[in-house]
Amino acid sequence: MVLKSDVHPIVGSDDVVRVRQVARQWAAELKFSLVDQTKLVTATSELARNTLEHGKGGRMRVELVENGARRGIRLTFEDEGPGIANIELALRDGYTTGSGLGLGLSGSKRLMNEFDIKSETGRGTTVTVTRWK
Amino acid sequence: MDRIPILKMGDCLLVTIQVDMHDQLAVSLQEDLTDQIAKHAARGVLIDISSLEIVDSFIGRMLANIAAMSRVLDAQTVLTGMQPAVAITLVELGMTLPGIRTALNVERGMELLRGYIQKDDELQENDGSEE
Ligand SMILES: Nc1ncnc2c1ncn2[C@@H]1O[C@H](COP(=O)(O)OP(=O)(O)OP(=O)(O)O)[C@@H](O)[C@H]1O
Ligand SMILES: [Mg+2]
Repeated sequence: MVLKSDVHPIVGSDDVVRVRQVARQWAAELKFSLVDQTKLVTATSELARNTLEHGKGGRMRVELVENGARRGIRLTFEDEGPGIANIELALRDGYTTGSGLGLGLSGSKRLMNEFDIKSETGRGTTVTVTRWK
Repeated sequence: MDRIPILKMGDCLLVTIQVDMHDQLAVSLQEDLTDQIAKHAARGVLIDISSLEIVDSFIGRMLANIAAMSRVLDAQTVLTGMQPAVAITLVELGMTLPGIRTALNVERGMELLRGYIQKDDELQENDGSEE
């Protein structure tokens, strides 16, 4: 169940900083431990930069979710960019089509409890991640 | 445009990263540091990140680049003050920061840097006497 929800645009590099701060705020409000906050914010940074640089801009939806007694934060990064032709390959450590380290997707997957990616070439990419308290 | 200040201390350069950097600021720092190392013929670079709340792959790559470029310019780099939560996250992200030496705080970092510079000098002296 979604208890609260917000959407933030990711169209410039300042927005990457801004959505990091949003993720931090929500995690602090939910009283995540410092390590969990750091993991969430770091994954946010990676995925927001992907949305901006590979996806040509998009948005982040942030949600406070509840599953039984558990609460968590769900982030959805969405763009209408070129999409990913081979998701399996993109999720591999070290795979990059740019000049990065190729750690953004695979690393974010490790940092979060749930990770889902949908992409269609020519249509765009949606990455949804959740970290439970 | 804002920039991160670089302090000169003897033959070393000191940088304290205190803001949540946007990517362009990190790129500028990398360029500025390279310029300053060359300009002052600096032997050591100390980067204090005790105020940094995250290190993602972009900042990690920048730090690795700085260390590599310093090395080419005959300077040593030491990273100080990484918060434990940042270190844990960095490992899980998969970043190993190869070639970057770390110390707990600025004071220890400076000692480490001094040691490296001295060892470098000794090595160079030995090289010279053999020729
Ligand atoms: N939103 C997206 N739209 C299109 N392609 C994407 C998107 N996100 C990731 N990709 C593709 O997946 C690859 C791997 O992404 P990942 O974040 O792991 O590495 P990177 O961004 O290339 O480098 P790093 O994140 O380490 O700096 C990218 O190089 C890119 O080709
Ligand atoms: Mg990336």
